[in-house]
Amino acid sequence: MGTLGSLRRKAVATVAAVGALALVAACSDGGDSVTGGSKDGDKVTITMGLFGVMGIKETGLLEQYEKENPNVTIKAEIAGDEQTYYTALQTRLAAGNGLKDIQGIEIGRAKEITETQADKFADFAGMSGTDHFLPWKQSQISTADGKVLGLGTDIGPMAVCYRKDYFEQAGLPTDREEVGKLWEGDWNKYVEVGRDFKKGFKGDDVAYMDSASGLFNAMVYGHSEQYYNEKGDLIHDKNPVVKDAWELSADAAEEDLTAKLRQFQPGWDPGLANGTFATAVCPAWMLSHISEKAGDANKGKWDVAPAPKGANWGGAFLGVVEESPVKEEAQKLVAWLTAPEQQAHIFTEIGNIPSSQKALEMADVKNAKSEYFSDAPIGEIFGAAAQEIPDKQVLGRKDGTIKDTFSQGLALVEQGTARDKAWSTTMERIEKAVG
Amino acid sequence: MATSTTKALAGEEPPGPPRTTGGKGTARRRGALLHRLDVKGAPFAFIAPFFIIFLAFSFYPLVYTSWISLHDVELSTLDVMEFVAFDNYVELWGDSRFWNALQNTITIGVISTVPQLMMALGLAHLLNYRMRASLFFRVASLVPYATSVAAAALVFTMIFERDFGMINWALGSVGIDPVNWEADKWPAQVAISTIVIWRWTGYNALLYLAAMQAIPAERYEAASLDGASRWKQFTHVTVPGIRSTIVFTIVLSTIGATQLFGEPLIFGQGPNGITGGADNQYQTLGLLLYEEGWKNYQMGRSATVAWAMFLLLVLAFVAQRLIKRLRSRTS
Repeated sequence: MGTLGSLRRKAVATVAAVGALALVAACSDGGDSVTGGSKDGDKVTITMGLFGVMGIKETGLLEQYEKENPNVTIKAEIAGDEQTYYTALQTRLAAGNGLKDIQGIEIGRAKEITETQADKFADFAGMSGTDHFLPWKQSQISTADGKVLGLGTDIGPMAVCYRKDYFEQAGLPTDREEVGKLWEGDWNKYVEVGRDFKKGFKGDDVAYMDSASGLFNAMVYGHSEQYYNEKGDLIHDKNPVVKDAWELSADAAEEDLTAKLRQFQPGWDPGLANGTFATAVCPAWMLSHISEKAGDANKGKWDVAPAPKGANWGGAFLGVVEESPVKEEAQKLVAWLTAPEQQAHIFTEIGNIPSSQKALEMADVKNAKSEYFSDAPIGEIFGAAAQEIPDKQVLGRKDGTIKDTFSQGLALVEQGTARDKAWSTTMERIEKAVG
Repeated sequence: MATSTTKALAGEEPPGPPRTTGGKGTARRRGALLHRLDVKGAPFAFIAPFFIIFLAFSFYPLVYTSWISLHDVELSTLDVMEFVAFDNYVELWGDSRFWNALQNTITIGVISTVPQLMMALGLAHLLNYRMRASLFFRVASLVPYATSVAAAALVFTMIFERDFGMINWALGSVGIDPVNWEADKWPAQVAISTIVIWRWTGYNALLYLAAMQAIPAERYEAASLDGASRWKQFTHVTVPGIRSTIVFTIVLSTIGATQLFGEPLIFGQGPNGITGGADNQYQTLGLLLYEEGWKNYQMGRSATVAWAMFLLLVLAFVAQRLIKRLRSRTS
């Protein structure tokens, strides 16, 4: 055997080794800037990281902004699931790499961000033209020393979505005002109506509500203090609000008033399409999901009635990363996207309720009706519900995890576990999750 | 021809009168050095890419994981690490979720691996017969393996769905009450095992088939001359003939079963899948690791679970060696 052949082999091996090293090195080499945004003369590129259906890209607002500001290019990346999005965001914040100029922040994460990542986000305090929000909205994204880390997009005031045809079969009123009167002011009455529904409904396989956890969330979210008190201590085990919500939801679960489904999970969707439940506690942003999954076949069968009590479930903010090379431009864009006109535009297009007080008072918003939901005046119903939301809502770092754990505890009750045992299991799990 | 040219080019000593000049001698020595380097060094150069990548992406993370597991650290503040020594391990030892997850991992592992390998053996035996379109059947048996976990798990999740799933519909049509596949412990574990079995049976069958084809036909001839039935031939010729492959698949399946993750996660749908059902009824060790890390954001505890899984595999390996040694001593 000759040496040239082996020389060639050696060369190949060396190239392979160098190639492997280059691969390794390439991984640690990011783009031009930390966030991917850039400024070249007067040409500005802004990147955005969003989740779910925030309506910013979906309703064409970004294109409109680009048209009005020809020097700006916007690149938006949307993750479907917020949990996945937030995990990635946390990893990127920790690594200081891979972030976007503008990042969406869900309300359940607002506290954690303000407590642990405040120095990584730009301050919006004192920015002109940003005083049009509901009084409680901006305080949720502000730190203790007054730094404002983002501007609000939507909020999640609640109503009850119900099937008119099932209510009629069960001998209950179907008009949305009368239905609203049935349970006005008290969630206990909502469950009471469920008992009547169960007695009156002749057909098979239709439950009164989709899941016990929907009811639980609605009750807890209607109060100022939920899982944490103002000092930041956990009170999930002592707060009478939580305990009351648990007991009533467990009542509903034990009496077979629920379809034992999990909201937003695959089993829930065929439930909507085939109509296996008559009501669902629905925040405004849930309407688009229901109309999509229940489909054209059920158009006009659904209606929306006011919930017994006001509550807020969900909503989001837009923040700007401090290290962004286009920080000012990005803040300007965020201010524009969250301005009353744009929030109203998103609402009329896809139904996300504005967090802007001014937008809520606009005629387009107030008079909006939903064709799918039997022409329900959703602007009026959710607008009124938005005013009922308590002016102060105490958020905590682990709100999202605690909510999920309670939902699972109620699923245990739905599956037949005794409620006391399910409660103690839930308490143990929360202990583990927050510890 | 080619060989002689390369020899000449490389300055290797051609047959002929010995040369004495110094310059040529150095060249020759250099040539010899290159040759030695080639023989001794080239193999290392060849395996270097693997080891560099292994060091960067496997060994370093392994070591760093063990370092993290000695700390209290959250995902949102990775730079704030509080050293707690072995507290995480002590806590894990006393954590009922760990023992529950370990138990589930073992039961799902047994329910999925044993039928899977049995069926693979049978399938390989059938594929080994002369038949029409054998290539088609062989390729077909590999298709599930080529399907992504996510796609397979999602389809099976729909099939096992409580209200509108195909299986409950089929059970209903013969008058059996619907089974709550997700919420009840054993049905859930069986359903998850079904996904695993469906994906891996064909793959193992092909491994067995390859081994079976290496068994010389004379052994079967001899066996049939001795009057052995088909079944006897299978148990006394085929199975011993592919023993090493069987051991290999058992090892692979055991490792796979320990790391079971994607199937139960998707089967449980979203947050409910991370905890392996509302009652943790099918939470595996892989899911517990994920729950600690990406639901509770406790990286230290998550790393601890990862190391516990690794130690379990080491333990299983040691136990297997011990049993083997004991058995060879007694026999």
